Amino acid sequence: MSSYVARSRQVAARMVGGEMMIMSGRDSSLFSLNETASAIWQAADGVTPLEQIVEQRICAEFDVEPAAALHDAEELVSDLASHGILVVSDSPIAEPGTPPKEQT
Amino acid sequence: MTATVEHLAASIGIGGITVRLHVTDSTFLRMLDQRYAGFPSNDESADCEFEVELVAPRSLDDPAIEEDVCVRREDSTWIVTRGDFQAKWDPVARRGRIRQSANPYSIDSVLRIVHTLVLARQGGFLVHAASAVRNGRAFLFAGVSGAGKTTVSRLAPADATLLSDEISYVRREPGGYYAYGTPFAGELAKPGENLRAPLAALYLLGKGLENRIEPVPTAEAVRELMSNILFFAEDSELVQAVFQSACEFVEHVPVRRLTFVPDARVWEMIQ
Repeated sequence: MSSYVARSRQVAARMVGGEMMIMSGRDSSLFSLNETASAIWQAADGVTPLEQIVEQRICAEFDVEPAAALHDAEELVSDLASHGILVVSDSPIAEPGTPPKEQT
Repeated sequence: MTATVEHLAASIGIGGITVRLHVTDSTFLRMLDQRYAGFPSNDESADCEFEVELVAPRSLDDPAIEEDVCVRREDSTWIVTRGDFQAKWDPVARRGRIRQSANPYSIDSVLRIVHTLVLARQGGFLVHAASAVRNGRAFLFAGVSGAGKTTVSRLAPADATLLSDEISYVRREPGGYYAYGTPFAGELAKPGENLRAPLAALYLLGKGLENRIEPVPTAEAVRELMSNILFFAEDSELVQAVFQSACEFVEHVPVRRLTFVPDARVWEMIQ
């Protein structure tokens, strides 16, 4: 089954010094995403399946096995969702998170 | 026979924001006047007005006295509570109420919290940092307890004017970032001078075996600044605003790591 991911509206995100930093409005936690995590975050529009995001944004850009990349992406998404950074669903997310206060 | 209640008020101007405290106790008013003597405000209209109701202090045996500060919003009203006070403030009406015993520490905390709420919407913040003005430019020295804020303040030369040894006040204005003096003192127990100056740099403090100044990567600067910003509100929108403010600040004000031997030579590098 495909999963869909969207950026939470309860966060502020900003590219700082080449690093994607995300602040959770829920508990004030501050996160820094590495390059691959940042690619997934930026593609998390709520309507593109995670598998497709991994294929287009990770496998096409980084030297990684598709199965391993998807496994890592699922773990990452699960972790970010547990912190309220991402929203995960089995179906497309009706109101995908438009970039919430994201600036570069 | 009709009882009359005398209405008294203290107007306190910090960072260009006037808070007017209405009290009915002349002894408490005198305490306020003395504590904030360097920060009077003559503004006709206050940015925030509070009625202060004095109550008997809680018993030290009352477990409620240990309650941590909680800042939350109910509709448009901020509710601020801690073991030693309760306050409400409606920023739209610009009015509020404080309930506390006759002590300076509670009112100091309420003032700090109200200022953090006001500044959060304006790109500014309060930060755990000493600050001083030298040659017309302001410098912040941030760090946790023990990092050297008090030491740097004590070592300040005669031509440096201290804005605070503990909590510094930063505003974003059309001309850039400015530091303001505050009455919020730390170990020096001495309020800062009531003046403002354009910010030249933020130094992240650390004591070491030699004096040196090093650049700080931008993302690390944001992380360290965020860890030193005073912000209490459990409010998603304002948390996001403070984060964006910290990012903006780091993009406009040089952030450096200042390792120093605790003697006066450190100020040779702060010009």
